Amino acid sequence: MPVSVQTADFDAGKEIAALYADAQDVGAVASFVGVVRQSSSSPQPSPAREEGASSLTLEHYPGMTEAALAAIVTEANARWHLHKVRVIHRVGSLQIGEQIVFVGVAAAHRGEAFTACEFIMDYLKTRAPFWKKEETAAGGRWVDARDADDAAAARWS
Amino acid sequence: MNVKVLFFGGLRERLGLASTTITLPANLLTVADLRDHLTMQGAGWMALAQTKNLRAAVNQKMATMDLTIVDGDEIAFFPPVTGG
Repeated sequence: MPVSVQTADFDAGKEIAALYADAQDVGAVASFVGVVRQSSSSPQPSPAREEGASSLTLEHYPGMTEAALAAIVTEANARWHLHKVRVIHRVGSLQIGEQIVFVGVAAAHRGEAFTACEFIMDYLKTRAPFWKKEETAAGGRWVDARDADDAAAARWS
Repeated sequence: MNVKVLFFGGLRERLGLASTTITLPANLLTVADLRDHLTMQGAGWMALAQTKNLRAAVNQKMATMDLTIVDGDEIAFFPPVTGG
């Protein structure tokens, strides 16, 4: 199963190893790990930061989420010659510093692996139905989507 | 016709509603028509009209507002996604 949506944490090392465990023709594995940071929507110090955003809650659309991620993997496989792809996205309550998303791509050469990994993340950011809510001492706040994410995804069309 | 309507994220929270099944007048054709129909049901639906860059999915696929809906469809409304 190339795609998982789960509350549990993941072992990136094991996931990377599994991407080329049975391969004779894999020369490159590229991976990306997303980590929960203090204020998802504000790179600069912000009210949320001052209030001490301490955790995130990830909501998703069960059924569509898995289908959307699988469609992104299918699209990546259509664009590049890839040996194996793995996408894991966590949902539920996550603390700052925790892993939230894993994307791993195994291919013959690094160019395809790097590029497909970035493509999958860019599409995931704009097409997979997840919503982040920051929990702060002052209450919850839904994270706003960033124009930069739309621009990043648009590069590939 | 009958459709299932789902709401997610901040929109779900502001509406205080995650899902509902509704019977629609026969003249409703598109996702936008459904949105407009709901926002005219009363003040409780204002959040749907006020959501910036409202997005939709039909039968669990991202959809544009001009997509035609048919009996039995599952339509979801939500703010732009923020995963990753």
